[in-house]
Amino acid sequence: MLLLVSLVTFGIFFWLPKLAGQTTDQIAAGYVGKAPTQQAIEDTKERLGLDDPVVVQYADYLKAIIVGKDFKAGPVTDHCPAPCLGYSYRSSQPVLETLLDRAPATLSLAVGAAVIWLVGGITVGVISALRRGTLWDRMAMIVALSGVSLPIYFTGLVSLALFSYSIPIFPGGGSYTSITENPVQWFQALVLPWVTLAFLYAAMYARLTRAGMLETMNEDYIRTARAKGLPEKTVVTKHALRASLTPIMTVFGLDLGLLLGGAVLTESTFGIPGLGRLAIDSIRSGDLPMVLGVTLITSTSIVVINLIVDLLYAIVDPRVRLA
Amino acid sequence: MAAPIEVSGSDTEAHPEAVLSGVDRKKIQGRSLGQIAWMRLKRDKIALTGAVVVILLILIAIFGPYFVQNPLTYHQNLIDPTYNRPKYGFWHSGISMDHPLGVEPGTGRDMLARIVHGARISLLVSFLATLMSVVIGTVAGVIAGYFGGWVDYIISRAMDAFLAFPLLLFAIALVGVVADGAFGMTGNGLRVSVLVIVIGFFNWPYIGRIIRGQTLSLREREFVDAARSMGASNSYVLFKEILPNLVAPILVYATLLIPVNILFEAALSFLGVGVIPPTPSWGGMLTLAVPIYSSDPMFMIIPGMAIFITVLAFNLFGDGLRDALDPRAK
Repeated sequence: MLLLVSLVTFGIFFWLPKLAGQTTDQIAAGYVGKAPTQQAIEDTKERLGLDDPVVVQYADYLKAIIVGKDFKAGPVTDHCPAPCLGYSYRSSQPVLETLLDRAPATLSLAVGAAVIWLVGGITVGVISALRRGTLWDRMAMIVALSGVSLPIYFTGLVSLALFSYSIPIFPGGGSYTSITENPVQWFQALVLPWVTLAFLYAAMYARLTRAGMLETMNEDYIRTARAKGLPEKTVVTKHALRASLTPIMTVFGLDLGLLLGGAVLTESTFGIPGLGRLAIDSIRSGDLPMVLGVTLITSTSIVVINLIVDLLYAIVDPRVRLA
Repeated sequence: MAAPIEVSGSDTEAHPEAVLSGVDRKKIQGRSLGQIAWMRLKRDKIALTGAVVVILLILIAIFGPYFVQNPLTYHQNLIDPTYNRPKYGFWHSGISMDHPLGVEPGTGRDMLARIVHGARISLLVSFLATLMSVVIGTVAGVIAGYFGGWVDYIISRAMDAFLAFPLLLFAIALVGVVADGAFGMTGNGLRVSVLVIVIGFFNWPYIGRIIRGQTLSLREREFVDAARSMGASNSYVLFKEILPNLVAPILVYATLLIPVNILFEAALSFLGVGVIPPTPSWGGMLTLAVPIYSSDPMFMIIPGMAIFITVLAFNLFGDGLRDALDPRAK
């Protein structure tokens, strides 16, 4: 999985331009800057190994991750230790360091929003399913459908305009502070992004939960549980909800994994310096090691979180047994 | 005397035809799935509203650009040079009889024209991308579901991998890396093709998974066994027995994929890799609105609402279509 993602990313940057008819000179010129001299182009090609076949370049990259790599920068040789993701083509900073530097912002954003949308979405979904057809249900589902149809960069701007500009409760965009620096400011700056991001996901989860609950509430074992004389609360939470949580967890694993790799749109809208912003900036400047780094982190987090979700299935759903 | 049994025939005799004719004069006849779905859809007022809006939007996208002003014409006489925003209209939106949705701050380009032209790009890209996803997804899903075994394993793993890809990043990278003039195309023609291919290619697993599941269950049905026992070939079973039964889910999920793709296209435009300005796009208009939303909120609200209304209409219609075609799904 990780191999596949890095392979595709590599292909996009090195193989596709060749396919589209660019020479290595042109690619290298893109990395040198304005008014490239022939010497600079040759140096860049040599430094980045652009003249090697794509397969060799890719193998080099993988080797660096496992055993590290020595970089020759003029007379000095710089050793990059084991999980070596290379150096940025642009800033010459180690990729891993930059990624770790940007990760906390994305982590705070994703985890905070995830808590809100899970609690909010599932609660609304369960209540709607139990009161199917009532005014509450219809209103909630209209709001949920609208939520699914709204792009984050629009709701984000609207919420900024309302709660930061018109009624100045929260700070505006680009005010993210690290939690270690100032926890209060960190919280204030993240409230709007959290709520805006969570609203979109909560809408989707409310719809999923409602559909799942409606299905499970018709199952035979629910009737059995009721016939046993269990209180309705136990029937709903212990029997129905547990069964309908399984598909939601699957989606949640993918969603959270993707978000941890950078909430590109949210970070752009609210000016949060996270992995998503890093990815966009690196893509725009053609900084391949950085882009590869971010996509690898994203895929890693998706794989890891899916593994956790798979283990959680057994806890949440008593019908699943770990082999 | 006993009460007369044959008092007056007309009161006691049964007249089933007369009774039935009062209720329903039509003969009872079989209805096709399409007829049943259409009946259900007609009753679903919300879905119908969505359908009407969708049809209107398609008409606007096709014919609208011939009726509005040139979206590239500057109207700088309408712009207040000190604040760089329209002089007239509430919230300095520049809304007037000539410009029903106002004008763009800075340049004074007509907003209605830009929205209408943006609709054309948005719908064109999302329809073509959806078509591509549906074709790839259906072919892959049917093959995986029908043949099973290692074929299914490979296709299913590929779908899992695609679902876990950071799509947006790849899309941006791809659009960015394809230089102008590649594949013998230039400018917006190239951009639109790349957008369609990128969006369409990355979204096929959603359809593919559903089609695979449906094919898996269809394959075990009696009519497939019957066809096979009569010596039908694989291709006959696939095209004549299984594919017709997949039309409903394909239609439903295609309708539900269109709004996803509209949002995707708008997101790419918002991030600056959509169609090339000055060609108007909804996402691109929102990007322009980011630095000035506080002083000129209408400029942000109009493209945002355009995206919202379009996506909502497709979602409502798609939901209704699903309810109509598959009563068990909720």
